[in-house]
Amino acid sequence: MADTKEMKAVLFGPVLANNPIALQVLGICSALAVTSSLKNALIMSIALTLVTAFSSFFISLIRNQIPSSVRIIVQMTIIASLVIVVDQVLQAFSYATAKELSVFVGLIITNCIVMGRAEAYAMKSPPIMSFLDGIGNGLGYSVVLLTVGFIRELFGKGTLFGVDIIPLVQDGGWYQPMGLLILPPSAFFIIGLFIWVLRTYKKDQVEAKA
Amino acid sequence: MEHYISLFVKAVFIENLALSFFLGMCTFLAVSKKVTTSIGLGVAVIVVLGISVPVNNLVYHAVLAPGSLTWLGYPDADLSFLRFLTFIGVIAALVQILEMVLDKFFPALYNALGIFLPLITVNCAIFGAVAFMVERNYNFSESVVYGLGAGVGWALAITLLAGIREKMKYSDVPDGLRGLGITFITVGLMGLGFMSFSGISL
Repeated sequence: MADTKEMKAVLFGPVLANNPIALQVLGICSALAVTSSLKNALIMSIALTLVTAFSSFFISLIRNQIPSSVRIIVQMTIIASLVIVVDQVLQAFSYATAKELSVFVGLIITNCIVMGRAEAYAMKSPPIMSFLDGIGNGLGYSVVLLTVGFIRELFGKGTLFGVDIIPLVQDGGWYQPMGLLILPPSAFFIIGLFIWVLRTYKKDQVEAKA
Repeated sequence: MEHYISLFVKAVFIENLALSFFLGMCTFLAVSKKVTTSIGLGVAVIVVLGISVPVNNLVYHAVLAPGSLTWLGYPDADLSFLRFLTFIGVIAALVQILEMVLDKFFPALYNALGIFLPLITVNCAIFGAVAFMVERNYNFSESVVYGLGAGVGWALAITLLAGIREKMKYSDVPDGLRGLGITFITVGLMGLGFMSFSGISL
């Protein structure tokens, strides 16, 4: 059993210092399409964090039994089964959101964060640590997703979680919503700027001149 | 015929997998540093999409869709909840077979595509296109056209981005934005450009 300090590093390291989206360029696929509202971003974050944590946990449990030649298939099967569970739960309890997220829940399977952590960490580490690593990376992903979702929904529609925050011009308020932020490409700009902010704060992440 | 042409054009430009749905982004950003490698990857994606979307269409309608097991005597069976697992299995198997076939019969092509093929299994663009195919209820011939169109669109997008990134070597980008950050913003601008196609109704 690892000591608490190491556990803390594994759990919180990926949130800012080693963020999977901003630094490792993993799992961007879904980060962009689902962030037009905070609610979708939150649900997606929870789903991904759970899948990453549990897939890392289970893969780590059987890591000594997996022959290395078929490990990708084994990992895929475990991840896909977990995603099916998430998808079924979503469809059962929140059908409207499941429809809105459409194919992106399924796309968690091919999300590089899940695969990447399984391959890079869970195959070499004990279950509990892998579980924490999964949660940590899921949180790192969630931070980016929620930030983007927050900015896009607040300034694009004047709402948060569907509740009016800034009174819009068409409802007699003063705020003219930025239509650009509702459009999908805006997610790219926000993530690009997020990376800029992060790297200004953490100089060691700046990429060398090519 | 017209229907298929418009479906193709729609898949390439209006519903471009990379620039309007952001699928296959991981590889899209990681492998787009050189035009030649991007073209190689693009061709590989076209091939894999062109095969895997129709094959998954057949599998879905023959085995997974509600009521499709009537011929086995199970008219009430609905296996559609197994679709993620099945699709990813089919894609992985297809890529593996394709790799072996290319290695055996087309060594030149294998050497050109070789390193990209395994990458493609986990490329969200493939899985995304398959999932869209199911969600939109395409029939078999539509799925062939859609698969090819989606592949061409993705290849086009990654080649364009690589072209821009090659030129961008000469520009002076602020420190924190260099590399990943500026690429994101470039892709965003390209996405805006591609949105101008969305006014076209076919």
